Parts: sequence; structure tokens; C-alpha cells
Amino acid sequence: MGRITLDKVAKRFGDVEVIPPLDLTIEDGEFVVFVGPSGCGKSTLLRLIAGLEDVSGGQIRIDGKDATAVQPAKRGLAMVFQSYALYPHMTVRKNIAFPLRMAGLSQQEQDKKVEGAAAVLNLTNYLDRRPGQLSGGQRQRVAIGRAIVREPSAFLFDEPLSNLDAALRVGMRLEISELHNRLATTMVYVTHDQVEAMTMADKIVVLNAGRIEQVGSPLELYHRPRNTFVAGFIGSPKMNLIEGAEAAKHGVATIGIRPEHIAVSPESGTWKGKVGVSEHLGSDTFFHVLDTGLADAITVRAGGEVDLHHGDTVYLSPDAAKMHRFDTEGLRIE
Amino acid sequence: MATKASRSAARLMISPAVILLLAWMIVPLSLTLYFSTLRYNLLMPGMEEWAGFSNYYYFLTDPAFFDALRNTLVLVGGVLAITIVGGVLLAILLDQPMWGQGVVRVLVIAPFFVMPTVSALVWKNMFMNPVSGLFASLFKTLGLQPFDFLAHAPMFSIILIVSWQWLPFATLILLTAMQSLDSEQLEAAEMDGAPPLKRFWFITLPHLARAITVVILIQTIFLLSVFAEILVTTNGGPGTATTNLTYLVYAQSLLQFDVGGGSAGGVVAIVLANIVAIFLMRMIGKNLDA
Ligand SMILES: Nc1ncnc2c1ncn2[C@@H]1O[C@H](COP(=O)(O)OP(=O)(O)OP(=O)(O)O)[C@@H](O)[C@H]1O
Ligand SMILES: [Mg+2]
Repeated sequence: MGRITLDKVAKRFGDVEVIPPLDLTIEDGEFVVFVGPSGCGKSTLLRLIAGLEDVSGGQIRIDGKDATAVQPAKRGLAMVFQSYALYPHMTVRKNIAFPLRMAGLSQQEQDKKVEGAAAVLNLTNYLDRRPGQLSGGQRQRVAIGRAIVREPSAFLFDEPLSNLDAALRVGMRLEISELHNRLATTMVYVTHDQVEAMTMADKIVVLNAGRIEQVGSPLELYHRPRNTFVAGFIGSPKMNLIEGAEAAKHGVATIGIRPEHIAVSPESGTWKGKVGVSEHLGSDTFFHVLDTGLADAITVRAGGEVDLHHGDTVYLSPDAAKMHRFDTEGLRIE
Repeated sequence: MATKASRSAARLMISPAVILLLAWMIVPLSLTLYFSTLRYNLLMPGMEEWAGFSNYYYFLTDPAFFDALRNTLVLVGGVLAITIVGGVLLAILLDQPMWGQGVVRVLVIAPFFVMPTVSALVWKNMFMNPVSGLFASLFKTLGLQPFDFLAHAPMFSIILIVSWQWLPFATLILLTAMQSLDSEQLEAAEMDGAPPLKRFWFITLPHLARAITVVILIQTIFLLSVFAEILVTTNGGPGTATTNLTYLVYAQSLLQFDVGGGSAGGVVAIVLANIVAIFLMRMIGKNLDA
């Protein structure tokens, strides 16, 4: 079990209100990702759930019981820190066994659970090394191992992959997703990388300056962003947001169109512009089209083989059915 | 310093300093070695004569030598124990966020800047004096007999005074070490179910191990040669109760005017100090790498 309910939870540091009162429910077994720009309060929210910070107001319930004043260790949650926070003077075995030792388990039980976790995480050959003798990915796995052995009702991850290189990050992403499928335990995962959010989450919580902008499944956020902030944040490359005369033609304050929903043609189309920087990824090419008179640059996606060069004139045709409309407040209009 | 020319230039430039330092050390050392083989008494000037190793023989068989050896060990050990335990506790205290932290930290460091003679005199006359001392009046207000620290617990008193001087040093080093501890480690331990005392024992203390090693090494070097505090307070007495090796060498050469015997004692002290140093390096120096 691991159902976490936040009820009007707020956090102030002195006079600064980092998190205004917010409500959120995390269902049992769900993989929830908090995303948002740096400094928006993701870590703070996670630490409030963990109990490492005291709430300034509101109530946190875990499995229906009020946990607001419960000590971190008693909440039944396990946390994986960004810096891994391994104990440098202990071997991997001792690191993983530490929570068990604190819980007063017998040596045999400790050994059994540590071996089990090590097997799951491919750490069996490293059990007698110290954290300093491991690679970043291995350290990450040790930190996860230390969380697993406690058999928590929910895992909390704070940007666990941000110290890894790109290739390893993709690998660990899969491992964590697989782990979630196997354990079926609630996971709350903080990241500022929206690709991680899109690929891993059952439910994404988009935060901005401590406020929840939108909660929903990855595709829900992609297809129906509630406001311009979410529209610009979710999706890679970013959605093109166009204001002014072109938006007025549609009778709204802002229109949004994703790069993948614009057709590119050298001959004819709705908007005319010049090719600026192009990014060739092999499968796709992203063009930054300048001088359209709409916005600084419009990003469009084309196939890998499109033959366009810097300075060429292109015509862009947005797919009207896929266009998003926002009012003056930045809220979505259906 | 890549090229040959620049390397030899560097050697040339650095040589005056090296030669000066070497002479500074070699000259007194060889003079001490030389004196230690002479019968050299200040009361009989001009009567120096070769005495072989008899100075060493007399110094090493002197019962005061064994007392001094034991006293030196007790003094060093006692001060180390007090300063490290006290230093860790103070460092924990000073690491807590509190009002007036800056001022308190300066105050804690202050004793380190007081000269040994001065602090020993202050302790002797203002605190431990059985008639006018602060402790005496404290005892009297409690209706107890004033206690003459320096007469009845001389070694303990010296240890107290020296510890008071070295506590700031230990605290300072341990505090900086404490501050370099990643707070996420403590938070992880908290989530892992370790209560404060266990967090201290399993996380903080191992983190401090290296700093404690440094404190032990540095303090031992200085504590082996404590002198001013003893001279000012007890003069090595009563009897030989507070005579350490340094003080014994002083007493031999300048109170008994036996420069030859004093020099032999000095050489013995050098040898012993080096044995301790090697021993320490072997035992805890390995804490310093990795
Ligand atoms: N102990 C503190 N005292 C005062 N302000 C704090 C404290 N901790 C965090 N803050 C502030 O709270 C805000 C949110 O911080 P938080 O660490 O939650 O951001 P974040 O979303 O995790 O950012 P990042 O992606 O960079 O990790 C920041 O503006 C930060 O300055
Ligand atoms: Mg953060």
C-alpha cells in the first residue's frame, strides 16, 4: 500500500512562500513524476512528503493515516537522493544493510535481503567494494538497493539520474521503469527533464513556482495542455507559441502548434520564412525558420532526408486540427 | 619547471634557505651530541673532559627518568582524550544554528591565542589557588573544604590547564570537518531509521576519523614538549609528580648545572619522540590516505 494524499500542504522558508497550499493525490502503485523548471519547489515538495522538512500548513496522509507529524523513518517511505548519499566508509553490503541493521534484523535476514537486492540490481560482484570504487551508475544502483530492502510503501526519487551521462541515463531510466513494473510500489520521481517525465510516468505533475499547473498522464499533457506554461514545457522540441496578429486571426490571444504538426514545403504553404539553424538527427531534422513575422523563430520537424539549407525560403503549413488555442490568461480554449 | 635549466636554477635559488635551515638544525644537534659525551658542569667551568656514555648511563638509570616517562605519557594521553572528546562535543554544539554563532565561535577559539605562561598563571592564581581562587570560593559557598589542586592533584591540574589551551584547536579542526559532512548522508540515515545517537556513531564519527587523526598527530608533537605550564605552576613537583621529559632535561642541565647529563637526556628525548612519531604514523597515518 502506498497512497499519499496532500491536503492544502504549504511550505514557507521564513517569509518566502515556496509552496502555496496545494492538493494532490498519489494513488497506490502509481509512478508519479514531478517536473518543472529549476527552483520551482520539486525537491521541497518531495522532502515534505519524506518528512525531512516540516510543513508550514496542511496535512499529509499516507494510506489514509495522518503522517504530518510522523518522523521520516516511521512513514514507511524510502528516498534516493540526487547525490546518492551513500555512506562512504561502509562497503556496498553494509550500505544496503544499513536500514535493516537499524531495524534490528538478524544477521542472516540482513544477508538474505542484501543478496536478494544485489541480484536484482546486478551488484553481486561489487558487494565488498566501497562507494568510492564504483562508477556513477553502480552507485545509483546501490542507492536504489538501500531503498528496496526496506520494502517501503513508496519510493521517493530526487533527480536520481542527473549525475549520469546520457547513455547511462537512458539505461537507468529503463531499469527504474522495470523495477516499478516488478515491485508495483508507488514511486514519486522528481526531475526537470521532461523526456524522463514523459517516458516513465503514469502521471505527471507539472509545477511552476510551487503551484501545480496540471496533473495528468503524459499523453494528456501532450495533447491537451491546460495552459501556455504546460504547453511550452511538455514536448521536445518546444511547442511554437504565436501571439499577435496571427493569433487574432483565430480569435484568441495565443496559438500553439507543435513542430511535428507543421508541414514543410519549398513551394507553397500558409507561412513563408527563411531556414536558419537546422539540427540533423538522422531520423528527423529540426529547422528553425526565421523571418516569418510570427515569432522569433518557428521550430518545425521534417524527415531526415529533407534537402533544405541555411537561407533557403520555405513555406510552413500548420495542421489546423492540431492547433492549441489559449486566451489572454494563457488558459486553454477548447 | 620543465626544462633542465629552470630546474637547476630552482635548486640554486632554494639552496640558501635549505642550507640555513639545515645548519639551524645540525649545529645544535651536533653540539648536544657532543656535550652529552662530556662531563660538563656549569659550576666547574673549564674542567670539561671526555666521559664516554656515562651521562647516558646515569640519566637512564635515574628513577626520575621513569617517573618522567610515565608522566609524559599520562599528560599526552590525558590531554588527547579530553581535547578530542570535548572537541567533538563542542563541534557538534557549534554546528547547530543558533543566535550569535559568530561571536560564540570567536570566544571558543580565544584560549588558543593566550600564551601558555599566562594561561597557566591565570589558572594557578585565579582558579586553583586554595585561598583566593575561584574554585576555592565555589567550594566554600557549597560548604566544602577548599581543594588545593596543584598540591593534591598536580598532574590532573596540569592536564586540565593544557587541555584548556588545546581544546580550541581540536574544536576548530573538528568543526570544519563536521561542516564538510554531506547533509544528505545524515538525512538518508534518518530515513533509514537511525535515531540521532546512531547517526552520530555510524555517520558523523567515521566522517570525523581523518580529522581526529590529524588532531592526534599534531597535538602529540606539541604535547611531548609541554614545559611552560609546568615551570609556572608546579616546578615539576611535588617530588617528581609533574616532571615530564622536557622538564627533567631542564632540571638536569640548569637546576643541577649538569649540562652533560641534560644533553644526554635531550638526545634520549629526541629518540623517544621519534619512536612515538613512527609508531603514530604507522598506526593511524593510514587513515590519512584514500
Ligand atoms: N532551506 C531553504 N531556505 C530557504 N529557501 C529555500 C530552502 N530550500 C529551498 N529554498 C527555496 O525554495 C525554492 C524551491 O527549491 P527546490 O530545491 O525545491 O527547487 P527544485 O525545484 O528542486 O529545483 P532544482 O530543479 O534546481 O533542484 C527555491 O527558490 C529555493 O531557493
Ligand atoms: Mg531539486
